[in-house]
Amino acid sequence: MTAPVHLTNVLKTLADPTRRAVFERIAREREVAATGLVHGSKVSQPAVSQHLRALRDAGLVAERREGRHIHYRVAPKGLSPLIDWLGHYQTFWQQRFENLERLLRESE
Amino acid sequence: MGETRAITVEKVLPYHMDKIWRTLTSSELLMKWLMPNDFQPTVGHKFSFRTKPIGDWDGVVQCEVLACDPPHLLRYSWKGGADSNPDYGSRLDSVVTWTLTVVEGGTHVRMVHDGFVMPGNRFAFDMMSPGWGKIVDAIGRVAAEA
Repeated sequence: MTAPVHLTNVLKTLADPTRRAVFERIAREREVAATGLVHGSKVSQPAVSQHLRALRDAGLVAERREGRHIHYRVAPKGLSPLIDWLGHYQTFWQQRFENLERLLRESE
Repeated sequence: MGETRAITVEKVLPYHMDKIWRTLTSSELLMKWLMPNDFQPTVGHKFSFRTKPIGDWDGVVQCEVLACDPPHLLRYSWKGGADSNPDYGSRLDSVVTWTLTVVEGGTHVRMVHDGFVMPGNRFAFDMMSPGWGKIVDAIGRVAAEA
């Protein structure tokens, strides 16, 4: 079991536009090596490494080591704190709507 | 930060618009179906909804009436939560809008809760899980059927 990643961490991690671009590129390419991320972008190698570390720590990307290369892919459950957040409120309002209907029915 | 997403719940209820409006704007009735509150249907009125504290959040939703046009439109701000909390208790600076429209068979009631700030554009989400919005809908449906 990994520690639950808090929504705020996910939001903060993705708040940086460059980091978000790195994340989106990984999502688009399914799997990409760190070196591949540096090529074809204006971001320096140390900066890319730093963003990858942040994304990994937030549970947003997973790594796979192959020889000297590390390949990155989007972690399947990385965005689940966001989905859970919306899901909780969706459920909250559905339930309150039912309460509202019940109250209207009872007060006829 | 990026764009916001909204939650919408809507339904045609077989009741007169005025009756539904009263249910949405009477502090006493709101307490019965939503939460304890000190609501007043006056633009600019600041009030709160009280729920159970979660983590670092005291459970108080701070609100202000932003629009009130009886019996059609009601809008209030909805602020609460704490940065340190996951999902439900996380910080939220949002707006809730109720719209009532007369339709055949009753009143169309629409609630939009807007202001769930998503990082970046929707691109990343769509890439990740096509139709993840549907997942959210499904959660709601399951909850409604449970």
